[in-house]
Amino acid sequence: MKPGHGEVLLAEGDVEVSEEQDVLAAEFRAQLDSGMWAAVPTTVGGGRREAQLVRSFDEVPRDADRVIFFPQAAGGR
Amino acid sequence: MVLALSVTAIVIVVLLWEVAIPHIERWNERRRARRRVVAGTGMDPGRERRAEQRARALLRSCVNDEEWSMYRDLGFLRIWGRLADGPGQPGRAAEGAPYAYLVYPHKPIVAYLPQTRELLSEHCVQFPDETRPYGSALLPDSDDVLAKWMALTGDERRLITSANMHLPGRQIDPKQIRRDLWRLGQWEQERLRRAARNDGHVAAP
Repeated sequence: MKPGHGEVLLAEGDVEVSEEQDVLAAEFRAQLDSGMWAAVPTTVGGGRREAQLVRSFDEVPRDADRVIFFPQAAGGR
Repeated sequence: MVLALSVTAIVIVVLLWEVAIPHIERWNERRRARRRVVAGTGMDPGRERRAEQRARALLRSCVNDEEWSMYRDLGFLRIWGRLADGPGQPGRAAEGAPYAYLVYPHKPIVAYLPQTRELLSEHCVQFPDETRPYGSALLPDSDDVLAKWMALTGDERRLITSANMHLPGRQIDPKQIRRDLWRLGQWEQERLRRAARNDGHVAAP
């Protein structure tokens, strides 16, 4: 998510392919280093949806089809 | 005599010239400024609208059908809270009771008790992108709602801890919230009636 722009595709690839996984992991680290939060939308029981916040690339479920990065929360006025 | 008049005329011309030079220079600068070609700023008036359209598509792909319909029809999301001690300070009425949040775009998150419609607190939170890559630190409306949804469902305590908590009514008029809760109730009843008519299946929007 980018202000004034909405969704931006940062990287895509197959985690089963070593080179592509490296690219995804590098982009993941770059986003978290720049202060973004990472979330994986998931479906749980009863059709309920929720997000799983992940703090490292290893925490991303292997079957996740996307990771969404968004600016980290800060207290507002 | 002629010589004296000539000298006087020359002096007058020189003095007038000295007085007139600043005015002439300013006039010339204004003229050049009017004619200067200003480089384009790249402002695209449709960019924000397209960003919001993309944000709505992303939100729709993440939340379930009920939540999407709620946001589309009412302009806010209700998200159930899951903290055992409620969203506010320990000892408040929310302890142990089911509670929920109303999530509006670019407004505080409102915690309330659905059974009594008692408003508990406002949680002011923002998702500022300090790099301002596109000239604004604000996410599109639907991205702001999605960020709140992800943060609340993913790590409610972390988000609530990050937010500034206030008493209800600080930013959002409690009358408006109660009106929205009434609208939400009506919307849910209509949805249930429609589901009953469709033999238990709620039509996709």
